[in-house]
Amino acid sequence: MAAEREPPPLGDGKPTDFEDLEDGEDLFTSTVSTLESSPSSPEPASLPAEDISANSNGPKPTEVVLDDDREDLFAEATEEVSLDSPEREPILSSEPSPAVTPVTPTTLIAPRIESKSMSAPVIFDRSREEIEEAANGDIFDIEIGVSDPEKVGDGMNAYMAYRVTTKTSLSMFSKSEFSVKRRFSDFLGLHSKLASKYLHVGYIVPPAPEKSIVGMTKVKVGKEDSSSTEFVEKRRAALERYLQRTVKHPTLLQDPDLRQFLESSELPRAVNTQALSGAGILRMVNKAADAVNKMTIKMNESDAWFEEKQQQFENLDQQLRKLHVSVEALVCHRKELSANTAAFAKSAAMLGNSEDHTALSRALSQLAEVEEKIDQLHQEQAFADFYMFSELLSDYIRLIAAVKGVFDHRMKCWQKWEDAQITLLKKREAEAKMMVANKPDKLQQAKNEIREWEAKVQQGERDFEQISKTIRKEVGRFEKERVKDFKTVIIKYLESLVQTQQQLIKYWEAFLPEAKAIA
Amino acid sequence: METYAEAGKEGKPSCASVDLQGDSSLQVEISDAVSERDKVKFTVQTKSCLPDFAQTEFSVVRQHEEFIWLHDAYVENEEYAGLIIPPAPPRPDFEASREKLQKLGEGDSSVTREEFAKMKQELEAEYLAIFKKTVAMHEVFLQRLAAHPTLRRDHNFFVFLEYGQDLSVRGKNRKELLGGFLRNIVKSADEALITGMSGLKEVDDFFEHERTFLLEYHTRIRDACLRADRVMRAHKCLADDYIPISAALSSLGTQEVNQLRTSFLKLAELFERLRKLEGRVASDEDLKLSDMLRYYMRDSQAAKDLLYRRLRALADYENANKALDKARTRNREVRPAESHQQLCCQRFERLSDSAKQELMDFKSRRVSSFRKNLIELAELELKHAKASTLILRNTLVALKGEP
Repeated sequence: MAAEREPPPLGDGKPTDFEDLEDGEDLFTSTVSTLESSPSSPEPASLPAEDISANSNGPKPTEVVLDDDREDLFAEATEEVSLDSPEREPILSSEPSPAVTPVTPTTLIAPRIESKSMSAPVIFDRSREEIEEAANGDIFDIEIGVSDPEKVGDGMNAYMAYRVTTKTSLSMFSKSEFSVKRRFSDFLGLHSKLASKYLHVGYIVPPAPEKSIVGMTKVKVGKEDSSSTEFVEKRRAALERYLQRTVKHPTLLQDPDLRQFLESSELPRAVNTQALSGAGILRMVNKAADAVNKMTIKMNESDAWFEEKQQQFENLDQQLRKLHVSVEALVCHRKELSANTAAFAKSAAMLGNSEDHTALSRALSQLAEVEEKIDQLHQEQAFADFYMFSELLSDYIRLIAAVKGVFDHRMKCWQKWEDAQITLLKKREAEAKMMVANKPDKLQQAKNEIREWEAKVQQGERDFEQISKTIRKEVGRFEKERVKDFKTVIIKYLESLVQTQQQLIKYWEAFLPEAKAIA
Repeated sequence: METYAEAGKEGKPSCASVDLQGDSSLQVEISDAVSERDKVKFTVQTKSCLPDFAQTEFSVVRQHEEFIWLHDAYVENEEYAGLIIPPAPPRPDFEASREKLQKLGEGDSSVTREEFAKMKQELEAEYLAIFKKTVAMHEVFLQRLAAHPTLRRDHNFFVFLEYGQDLSVRGKNRKELLGGFLRNIVKSADEALITGMSGLKEVDDFFEHERTFLLEYHTRIRDACLRADRVMRAHKCLADDYIPISAALSSLGTQEVNQLRTSFLKLAELFERLRKLEGRVASDEDLKLSDMLRYYMRDSQAAKDLLYRRLRALADYENANKALDKARTRNREVRPAESHQQLCCQRFERLSDSAKQELMDFKSRRVSSFRKNLIELAELELKHAKASTLILRNTLVALKGEP
């Protein structure tokens, strides 16, 4: 029976009961939400009571259509899951939870099977497939915009606040359109939480935009020049893309931290994201340790798919980096061309003023005007070069780093499993020794330890299989997204190039009769 | 005097900057050119039915220094003081291009073979373009001389065109360089004359206007020329940027196993073609705009030189007047003073007359050349923009059409 259970799909198929739940920020996805009539979970300081009453804008409660199957599903769930299920504790904290117990929705669905069992892979398979199929259609109806950067405060404590606007018809949100103010460290905090929850089980969590001490300092200090406006715009666009990628991920979209980020007007300050904080330094140390560990793990790869994919991503990374460098050069030179064109326009105008032949003088002035317009054109094209082409490449270079990270986690998972097997062996040897030495109390201890480690070995194997499965799915999804992303952006970019050329045609066509009019 | 600018439009302009319509009694062209290590040898071919020449068709080999010798000979000739001497062609300069080719040869291991081949192709094309330009500059210099009714009859010109042997015009030695330096100082004094600082009274409105006009015009056209050069170079840079982009897209495409494969490969092809178009835009801007501005910068300098000479003649005339007055008051050596004054007067008037004509010709030459080049520039820009639009649209259709 448990095998038939599946988490409800996103979008229209939401159970009506769910609306009652608005005031309890529950990590459990809609499945479990219907289980409690009164939430006894500790509430993170999020949705104030007002939000619930604003339900009039919310998802249309009357339109929800439920399959009969799903109703049964929930009925079952009500009985099975205990509110005090031990898995709940680590999940609900608002700090990055210790990356020990993998927290996947399946945990919540099938705890009944075994106390610490982690997955029912078969079930999960099918359910995920369904979500993905739904996701591929237009059921994924959520749009995020990041806008209106505003400087808050003064001096070195100042920061930029960005407006995050969400437009959605998904019923998991209380409204269909809402916005909040967030600062950069909030985004980093969000990423940090998502990464700690999902990365080590194989989900490709989109990386947040990079910090820039230099860029931000200029803004803080109050320099109102074009380079700091450019910096802010670059960051704003990057934050927008980051959020858009994150919500596209069906699993991440379900995450309450993400929802809290998008919805709640107040967010606890994420101090651990500061570069020079204690947590920041700890992160750096851990990263270094990880790098060393990675080199020493010699994994017995039984699945050629993983080796192939890793190689593929490695190659892709190299190629994208190369392309990125060349595109950056293109942006730079186009900006130069724009500046030089502007300078030429000015001197052409001066020349036109000097020229004493009237018609030629007029033509030269017209030429100056054309060149000025062309300079504008080059500038706009340089922006397109950058924001469409260059930033796409740098986004994917960082995304691939996340993908590589996920593969690394799998290796670590394998290592853990391997270590458990080795330990089990040692324990068995110890038991054998005890048997011979005939020490009954120590023997009992040995037997207990063996049981313990047998369980750990089984767990290790299950974890490894789970992460492998998740990665396969994630990579499939990632590749699909990548193809879509690149195609969309490439088409947009080419259209910008066409636009530029058409404008050029317009300008030169207007100029030609002027040149011909020189008598 | 003939005004050749208004003559029939039959001339064969080989350099776009100058509209030459000469009659066919003297045709000069550079039929061949060879670039050796540090010099260029031009084959100057003449076709003429004039009695001054022994044959009707003949050619000689000349180097850059011999062109300069010819130019200087004209400048120093008092007879041509009232004419605009066509500006001397610039020295052939392949230095920059050669350096770039050498650097490319030294190799950069991160560059693929195709990229290397393309870059080499680009540099070779650049080298060739510079070569063609220097030939054109030398040619137009001779052709302007041949078209000018007075200048074409110069004896040195005949020697230049016909004398089979080397003219033994070695590079300037120290004394000549010094002489050139001194001449420049004298020229600055002339500048003072022409800018009106010396208090010389200009009597003729036409020349007053021309003076102010040319001073400003020359400065501004020099500016415009420099900046046009920068635009052209930036364009060239941009075109070159497409090479590594196209190469990277190509390798991305060949590695992909999914639908992006065709997208990347098509994009790589697109950028390769865009590169060629951008390159052509750059070289057209160079020829039609930069080169034209540069030529008229030199020509306006030659016109300024004419004005100097006329003003110097005016100064001489005024001095002669003063000397005559002095002689008359003292009643001593009146006769020589009188004849000297007469000579100065005649010289000044002769110069003024021919200068007026020359300056008007300069104006019409300039106007028609600008007209021609600006029209051609606009037409070429349109042509390239339309071609770019076409290939971009085709690629878009292909990309959108894919599943």
